Amino acid sequence: MSKDLDFSDVQGLLRFGYKHHTEGAFALLRVRNRAAARAWLAKAQVGTAAKGPLPPTVLQVAFTAPGLQALGVPDGVTSSFAPEFVAGLGTDPNRARRLGDVGNNDPAHWQWGGGDAQPHVLVMAYAMPGRLDACCRDLESHWAVAFELMRWLPTTDMGGVEPFGFTDGVSQPEIDWERRIPAEDHDSLAYRNLSCLGEFLLGYPNEYGRYTARPLLEPVGAAAALLPRAEDDPERADLGRNGSYMVLRTLRQDVPGFWRFLDAKARGDAIERQRIAEAMVGRRTDGQPLLPPAPMPIEGVSRESTARNGFTFDDDAAGLRCPVGAHIRRANPRNADLPANTDGLVSRARRILGFDGAVLHADAVASVRFHRVLRRGREYGQRMPLGEALARSSAPVETGLQFICLCADLARQFEFVQGAWIAGTKFAGLPHEGDPLLGNRRAAPDEPDTARFTMPRAGCPSRVIEGLPAFVDVVGGAYFFLPGVRALRYLVSS
Amino acid sequence: MIPPGHFMVLAEVLPGREQALRGVLAQMNSGPGQADPANRLLPFGRFDTLHFARFVILDDATQGDLHAHGVNPVSLPTYLAFLGDCDGPGERQLDEFVRVAQGGLLEVFAHCVGAPDGANLAAWLHARDLPVAAAYANWIGRTVRRVREERALAEALASRARQLAPASPQALRAQLVEFVAAERRQGRLQVAADPPTPAAWWWRNLAHAIAIPLIGLVALPFLVVLSPFLAWHLRKLERADAEIAPAPDPGHVAELATFEDRCVTNAFTALGSVKPGRFRGTLVVVLVALLDYAARHVYGRGHLTRVQTIHFARWVFIDGGQRLLFASNYDGILESYMDDFINKVAWGLNLVFSNGVGYPRTRWLVQGGARNSQAFKNYLRRHQVANSVWYKANAGLSAMDLARHGRIREGLERAAMTDDEIEDWLRSM
Repeated sequence: MSKDLDFSDVQGLLRFGYKHHTEGAFALLRVRNRAAARAWLAKAQVGTAAKGPLPPTVLQVAFTAPGLQALGVPDGVTSSFAPEFVAGLGTDPNRARRLGDVGNNDPAHWQWGGGDAQPHVLVMAYAMPGRLDACCRDLESHWAVAFELMRWLPTTDMGGVEPFGFTDGVSQPEIDWERRIPAEDHDSLAYRNLSCLGEFLLGYPNEYGRYTARPLLEPVGAAAALLPRAEDDPERADLGRNGSYMVLRTLRQDVPGFWRFLDAKARGDAIERQRIAEAMVGRRTDGQPLLPPAPMPIEGVSRESTARNGFTFDDDAAGLRCPVGAHIRRANPRNADLPANTDGLVSRARRILGFDGAVLHADAVASVRFHRVLRRGREYGQRMPLGEALARSSAPVETGLQFICLCADLARQFEFVQGAWIAGTKFAGLPHEGDPLLGNRRAAPDEPDTARFTMPRAGCPSRVIEGLPAFVDVVGGAYFFLPGVRALRYLVSS
Repeated sequence: MIPPGHFMVLAEVLPGREQALRGVLAQMNSGPGQADPANRLLPFGRFDTLHFARFVILDDATQGDLHAHGVNPVSLPTYLAFLGDCDGPGERQLDEFVRVAQGGLLEVFAHCVGAPDGANLAAWLHARDLPVAAAYANWIGRTVRRVREERALAEALASRARQLAPASPQALRAQLVEFVAAERRQGRLQVAADPPTPAAWWWRNLAHAIAIPLIGLVALPFLVVLSPFLAWHLRKLERADAEIAPAPDPGHVAELATFEDRCVTNAFTALGSVKPGRFRGTLVVVLVALLDYAARHVYGRGHLTRVQTIHFARWVFIDGGQRLLFASNYDGILESYMDDFINKVAWGLNLVFSNGVGYPRTRWLVQGGARNSQAFKNYLRRHQVANSVWYKANAGLSAMDLARHGRIREGLERAAMTDDEIEDWLRSM
């Protein structure tokens, strides 16, 4: 088995953020004419993860489950994708409840992806400055017969800063492209930022040393001709190989609402306002963490990024420096399989059996290496400066994040992080509060008030910020399959 | 200390009456599967010793898996299980139900074989109350009453502590101790002393604590002598036993999900066949007994090994040991519950559940198994049964909340604390 990954079979988004392509727009399409749609998709110049000269524009293509059906992919194939993908993001009230997509986030109010009119195909266009408009017009001219254009999801280059004003996308998992992590099931005793290839690309071993379930086909016809054989099942053709699941959610951010709320809590004190905002995020506005670098280097954190990402929360169990409920701590608790500083057989046995009472409380959070996602989102809308946001007269503007994440296992990665850690109101043993930025402040029969944020302090009771409004609304979203290049050719072959 | 008790009435449903029974059970609910504490049939909220209760209809959906072991499955009846966790003996809780809600219980069990009447209801329930093979309580002796008192205490302290002017830790604590004392004098806060532990229970518990290791000691030489054979036999079975963990039916998963994530805590019920043969049959009985021993004498102080999200759990053999039922009340979404299983205590699950038909393949009883995470999740979902009615007494509280409230109370009652301890104590409010 060759361990060399064929980057030209992987869509580029898995490897690149396309930061030089500062312009971007995502088209949500419905198949109007199957043959024409297949024909266009078969010829689409999809940008791959192979390194080369930067093209002026890049396309990425992904499908929803209804999209695969519309393209004529046999039902038996479509249904062998992950059940979350098959069911869809915005069409199941049970999923919505689990992910916190209720109330202000209810799919019933979504601009797209919430009702029966599911998008079929997502075409993401990335362009060098000044090249996007022509690219989109050109695409539209080719789609007239094949697709119905539901909408373009716009993006805005805000210079790496999200609409609230914080540097965004600072922390990303490092993918183990060379597969240096052995494909075995071993406890990992230190936090590492290096993730197994199979956590993000289907067809390779994941953090359990196993292959995530994916469609494996009888190697006949087009499947035999186009698809590679599965590493773990050489008798079958691997439709998943080099593909990934992609979550796209349009998150609308209430910038004036955010800053005016904090300003009121800080009684107009600019420094205090900033301090609360940074505590909620868990980073300074410029992306610097609230904690110093860890004493030991972290695998998967390069020397250059140590200042920003070379830290863990091990020495801040109480959350005195970075509140336990801060957004970045929920999204990535930076822990390992066992509590920090597990050393030697005795310590290990005591902790496995739960006899080490001193670390039990910090052991409430699941090991993060099974719950990483690769984020590729982009901002959209109009940037609103802080002064304007604070001004009483300014009306809210339409702005936010086209949140995108990639993973191999939707349930274990995206849905876990979103459901248990972001929307969950009991994260790490906290009494009852959701994510300070993304929480829906839902009042449930058993939890009338989750609109809180706890800031632990030394020597006195924690400060609790109460009455948090929802700062972010989910206004659209869907699950997509971002196929490998050969898989894409297979899916549109007749 | 009032020890926890458990009950599980298992009654055969009359043929053709399942739908009617489901209709009656649904009348107890205020939302899908969520009991209305004041419902007409069985007003759960009126029982101040009841932590959790559920009604669940058990079918034999996975009986066909026995074919993989060359066994022709017998057809088993559909059962109604009524189970719950309480303070004090389960029998007494059943008697309380009869006293308060005889009419409602008769309406429910009228759909069961040999339906009871007003005269024999209590005896009828007792006769069908199955013993638990293993039972776990998050905190042995924490009664419903204590949970409520500690919650009120914690909330009162938290709001008081935030009003205090900055002072030294000792001074802050002194003011809070004084505050609580004053509140208690005014009758606004109650913190009842723990009643004495029933002597009979205490002796029985001690006897159990000693007897199981003694039996182990006696058996040890035989086990040592037999170990090569047992190990060989175990590995032979582990290599041969079929793994049956296909992706569960989406319709089944959708039905289960309808009842989930409606509050902080969820209820899990699963049922499966024990692998046929004397070896597996004996092994599972021994291991469940050891599990029970650990739950009773080793844990029961806020955690089961590393897992701190389970309020109550139980393992019950039914159909004469052919099948094992597992029921638990856990905090958070199922995905995180399963993740706790897989990443924190896979070895423990493997020990017991690998004796169930179709469980993901294990090595040496503890390795593999649940670590095959996707197969394990499929296996759990496939064996999971939807609860018809589920009741939780302490709405909105996770097991970690309960532990935190307990620490707050403990800090109040301690004779002295260091400054660091007081800082932690204040932060927990």
